[in-house]
Amino acid sequence: MSRDQSQLVYASTHEWADIEEVDGVRYATIGVSAFAIEQLNDLVYMDLPEVGREVNAGDELGEVESVKAVSPLYSPVTGEVVDVHTELPDELEKLNSDPYDFGWIAKIRLTSDVDLESLMSFEDYQRQCSESA
Amino acid sequence: MSVSLAKTPLDVIHREAGARMVPFAGYEMPISYTSIVAEHQSCRQRAALFDVSHMGRLRFDGEGSEELLDKLLTRKVADMPLGAVRYSLICNHEGGVLDDVLVSHLETPSQQRYHLMVVNASNRTKILNWVEQLLPEFPRVTLSDRTEITAMIAVQGPLAIETSKRLFRFDPSRLRYYQATITDQYSKPVLVSRTGYTGEDGFELICRAEDATRIWENLMLIGREAGFTAAGLGARDTLRLEAGMPLYGHELTEEIDPLTAGLKFACTFDGRDFIGAEALTHLSSNPNEMVRVGLLPKTKRPAREGYPIYNADGDQIGHVTSGSQSPTLNHPIAIGYVRREDSHSEALQIEIRGTRVATEIVQLPFYRRPNQSSGEK
Repeated sequence: MSRDQSQLVYASTHEWADIEEVDGVRYATIGVSAFAIEQLNDLVYMDLPEVGREVNAGDELGEVESVKAVSPLYSPVTGEVVDVHTELPDELEKLNSDPYDFGWIAKIRLTSDVDLESLMSFEDYQRQCSESA
Repeated sequence: MSVSLAKTPLDVIHREAGARMVPFAGYEMPISYTSIVAEHQSCRQRAALFDVSHMGRLRFDGEGSEELLDKLLTRKVADMPLGAVRYSLICNHEGGVLDDVLVSHLETPSQQRYHLMVVNASNRTKILNWVEQLLPEFPRVTLSDRTEITAMIAVQGPLAIETSKRLFRFDPSRLRYYQATITDQYSKPVLVSRTGYTGEDGFELICRAEDATRIWENLMLIGREAGFTAAGLGARDTLRLEAGMPLYGHELTEEIDPLTAGLKFACTFDGRDFIGAEALTHLSSNPNEMVRVGLLPKTKRPAREGYPIYNADGDQIGHVTSGSQSPTLNHPIAIGYVRREDSHSEALQIEIRGTRVATEIVQLPFYRRPNQSSGEK
């Protein structure tokens, strides 16, 4: 697989989501954008959510920690965590080179889609990043 | 409220190099140019250049300067030969630390002797006000704040001196550790001091603000093949943390005395009457119950400033004052204060955002460069 960043949706807090539908059930695979990873710089620790946890969009899902700072990871969607990328915390250096494929953090089964509207297209997200840079 | 930030004379250099700038002690300073870890390793393995122009530079001229400094500083400086540099503390009357400073005894080419004191950027105004209270007692002393008319660059790392010595009229490798001299780089006057805040060999130089860009560029040029890189405040902090050096505002505050901080070497008592001497003499025989220690949390997750430390009974017996990932050890390290009676316990825990994890107490520093003598501070 190879995810195209221009086909993903983004939260203003820099998480990406890849929404797909399998047998009528919608899932979001989520991660942190390349822009945010570059800003965080020198990652040293990641705290993953637990499988089975129910989250609302905007809830704190885990933490990403760099040499200098801790940043919360927010869920961009509402649903239940059905899978987490357990190898990722041990290979954080790969996040820099591969944030959209190897860099997936969790998979969430959507229980509501009302929050999806507030997620941004790639173009809108890029605009947000260039304004904040 | 908008706060206007000062820029150092090297501001354009940092921006052109793509540095990420952050507010620090009233200045806009580079936190990092590429990556904190890469800059840190460059300093440990080759050499790194740091703009430290935000540090305060205060000059004392005139008869009575030594006497004034002897009253101000915990460490004796009246016996300092020309070219010597000393680390000292400035305490209040209660023995609390107002700042930690470096003092040099220098002579200009026209044979004017003076003392220079480098203070923390965040304490510059406080120390200026503190010294001004003493000035009436020493009417022939002139205090001048040279911070804004000068710049300060630290060149640190095993290749720092060897690679850049040709730039200076006086070869800085002839300086011993904690010695300084006034010389020039291509006829631009510079003060070169074999000191630093990274645990590596190297030097710090002070020049006129208008010469700073050229001097920085010359250093980068001569160090290009050797692999010199610019490094920001992020790497400066992880380097000093590995070297176990205290940072004002973290390990040192007005509520902490030098003995608790483990800095007794920077206090000369022998009957001297410096500010805070009485309080510190009392503390020598009635020590504070806390001690400064190194911490190695047994987790991959760095402990940060303010995190509480608990003993086996679950009592909070200390806290973390600085913590980060150590790029050299590739493991979290921290400095903190714990109760003396618990400082040898093997059952201490740090609470890292809700989770208590075991931590080892270790002797500082975490890192000592090869060939460094153990008595060196």
